[in-house]
Amino acid sequence: MTDTSMAPPETGLRTFDYGSDEAQARVKRRYKAEARFRLYGLLAVLFAGAFVFVLLADIVRKGMPAFFEHRVVLTLDLDASLIDPTGRREIDVLRNADYNKIVMDAWRANFPEVTQRAERRRLEALVSSGAADDLRTAILRDPALIGQKVRFPVLLSDDADLHFKGLSTRISSVPGAGALDVKVNGRQVELTGSGQPFAAILADVKSGLAQEAERVGAELARLPASQQGGNNAALDAKRAELTQRVADLRRRAGDAASAEAIDFSAMPSRIVRAEGASIRLQEIGPGSAKGFLLVAPQRELSRLDSWMVATFATPESNRKASDADISWLETLKARGLIEKAFATRFFTSGDSREPEQAGIRGALIGSALTLLVTLIVCLPLGVGAAVYLEEFAPKNRFTDILEVNINNLAAVPSIVFGLLGLAMFLNFFGLPRSAPLVGGLVLALLVLPTIIIASRAALKAVPPSIKEAALGVGASHQQAIFHHVLPLAMPGIMTGTIIGMAHALGETAPLLMIGMVAFIVDIPQAITDPGTVLPVQIYLWSDLPEVAFQAKTAGAIMVLLGFLFVMNGAAILLRRRFERRW
Amino acid sequence: MGSKFLGVSVIALAMAVSAGVASARDQIRIVGSSTVYPFTTAVAEQLGKTGGVKTPVVESTGTGGGMKMFCDGVGVNFPDATNASRRMKIGEFETCQKNGVKDIIELMIGYDGLTLSHSKKSAPTKLTRAQIFLALAKNVPGPDGKLIPNPYKTWNQIDPSLPNKPIEILGPPPTSGTRDSLHELMMEPGAEQIPAMKALKASDRKAFDAAWKTIREDGAYVEAGENDNVIVQKLEANPNAYGVFGFSFLEENAAKIQGVTVDGVVPEMDTISALKYGPSREMFVYVKKAHVGVVPGLDKFAQEYVSDRAAGDGGYLEKKGLVPVPKAKRDEAKANVAALKAMTGEGLPK
Repeated sequence: MTDTSMAPPETGLRTFDYGSDEAQARVKRRYKAEARFRLYGLLAVLFAGAFVFVLLADIVRKGMPAFFEHRVVLTLDLDASLIDPTGRREIDVLRNADYNKIVMDAWRANFPEVTQRAERRRLEALVSSGAADDLRTAILRDPALIGQKVRFPVLLSDDADLHFKGLSTRISSVPGAGALDVKVNGRQVELTGSGQPFAAILADVKSGLAQEAERVGAELARLPASQQGGNNAALDAKRAELTQRVADLRRRAGDAASAEAIDFSAMPSRIVRAEGASIRLQEIGPGSAKGFLLVAPQRELSRLDSWMVATFATPESNRKASDADISWLETLKARGLIEKAFATRFFTSGDSREPEQAGIRGALIGSALTLLVTLIVCLPLGVGAAVYLEEFAPKNRFTDILEVNINNLAAVPSIVFGLLGLAMFLNFFGLPRSAPLVGGLVLALLVLPTIIIASRAALKAVPPSIKEAALGVGASHQQAIFHHVLPLAMPGIMTGTIIGMAHALGETAPLLMIGMVAFIVDIPQAITDPGTVLPVQIYLWSDLPEVAFQAKTAGAIMVLLGFLFVMNGAAILLRRRFERRW
Repeated sequence: MGSKFLGVSVIALAMAVSAGVASARDQIRIVGSSTVYPFTTAVAEQLGKTGGVKTPVVESTGTGGGMKMFCDGVGVNFPDATNASRRMKIGEFETCQKNGVKDIIELMIGYDGLTLSHSKKSAPTKLTRAQIFLALAKNVPGPDGKLIPNPYKTWNQIDPSLPNKPIEILGPPPTSGTRDSLHELMMEPGAEQIPAMKALKASDRKAFDAAWKTIREDGAYVEAGENDNVIVQKLEANPNAYGVFGFSFLEENAAKIQGVTVDGVVPEMDTISALKYGPSREMFVYVKKAHVGVVPGLDKFAQEYVSDRAAGDGGYLEKKGLVPVPKAKRDEAKANVAALKAMTGEGLPK
């Protein structure tokens, strides 16, 4: 407010010729400077906008998979003798029945050829351990299902889910050329055909070998030179070995007719699919191939007229899902048993160590309860303090010190509030650890200065004429404030409060000390139950090794942002509704 | 309006506070090491699903912080169990005793063992952790003791007795827990074996920490991705290369790869469980006996942790990366848990 009143221009000392070239040039320069400044401003805004956009797009891209899950629809035989042998429908009996066996029996029935123990364990690992819990919940809700055969969506494990989300390997499929004769011996399969049905695949394998030869050649060129008089035996041996390998690879790549054994650790896998069967090729020649039957056919195989070759681009040992895993899953998909659905689980269940079962409800409720406590504590206290300091408190040294300290408090690192909370609320008052109550109290301390400062600014912005008019018609000071000034300041106070709340919503550091950074599965029902909050959940998930948790992390960030948007939207709405201009 | 709101909120808060203080705890609370956290949370979740009690709350506070809280006293305000990536120290045990935490059940849940392995086709190697540090660190002490970018390309440049082979080490990416173990169990102790680094630790702790926490990026260390199986195959193909694994992986692939003798000790189940092998540590969970029977499910939690389906061979903890305890020791632990036998404090480290 310092330079609103300017001295009137002195006249008569100098005269300007506004039409002179010099003056015109000056004007031009000033306009140009302004145009430049506007451009800088626009660029800055666009730059910041681009950053925000990239950040949001990245989070959404990573987070979207978290909102979907894949399930396999199985027909479950809910045998009454297994679930409820007594027939009395007692809740304890129903709860403790072996639902996992029911799910697994139905799951294994899809692939009766899988009998070997290790293979069976791989197959079983594709179904989530949470599937049995889903079934238990469904039966407890509706015991009438017992004794029936029902079609039930069974949750897949995180690895299987990731495969359907396109995160295991790229699969390309081409139709095979010509008819094949099939010789099946146990699970070993021999495929032969007139003409050269595998020539194209073999050429593909050979070009892979040529690339490998180039790669090894580059490695050979990188080897350090032998030193004079040094012990070069190992280096020379390595050089000889690499030279040998390059020569070998080049020879194999060049000879178009020789058969090739597939090295599953370095080459893409190739799967022949026909009649519901999946055969993994182990040795490929131009006219014939040997393979292993991963998935059994629907009828006896002897001759194949039409067949497909699927190529899994990533070598088997570089991904978590094996060729067998992918073949099983793709077979089920071809049978139409796989369904993709919105993962309501993400919003209805608490934390879990299994990525496919983990949800954010616990953290969401925890955040809501924590913020509720924060709001209830700091709104009345903050507004009361602001009204007193602004309207009633005498201006003396004491209130000056108070004011300086409120401003200082707003700049204190948040972890300090956590330590304070630990010492005061937990150790002195003996409140429970990890509870949203304590979290809310600590966060209330954190945002109190913000709210006091914002509320005082809002009170100050109400024109003094309002208060003076009230006092003029005989209202007491208190009446003037509470009946007239405070209601008019309320929109500003609300805005400040909600911004403070949004700040509190994103805090993790102070919650560390009071035990809210924790693995909590059960969803808090009250403010004294153990709970965690959204940003803490994000932090905990981001730290876990399972790949599927990365999507969960981004998904939780999206939910947190949504929560923030809703809160800030409420702030804007309140301001629009109640704002008064003078 | 303001005064009414204030009154309501004060009453609500008072009610909430009194409710919180009055109710006893019916949920297990566990604190402690972040290394043990992934295992304890898995056990906790399993207990919540099948044990008929609320799922325990597991906090990740670090071993030291967990011990402090655990030993602070007995009662609903103190945790029932703590995770530790090392054994309880004698001082901590005494603090516990002083604060009334008399009987503590010690569960040794498994090992965090780190190996450097290579193909069986090449000759067995013996290294010290100092040599491993010099091969892996981004910056190493130069001739004058100052840190310089790692100049070593072959092993015999580090020590003439080592073979003249290029340094090639395959290991986990920074996101992996194994990478943390690599830093804490090999790099840091290795750096401490070198006099120049020890002097640096005394003079400039920050530079010392940065040195063992930073791995070279000039191609001698190759981040081999998520799948440990890949590393095994690459080691088979390249006898000069070494790979960094958890011990359980070396054991599973013992037909193809062998462990490097570190500081004179071969990595074997016996040397790891006897703690002779340097880059390994035991992991523990400590349970308060006084809380058993008061906090529902605490005994079940301890039993679940040592059960075959959790800690046995092929159990779900092994899938999460734990090196299981040998069967004899696990049976002993099971017996201890069943009898709720408290530890005596003998033989604890200082």
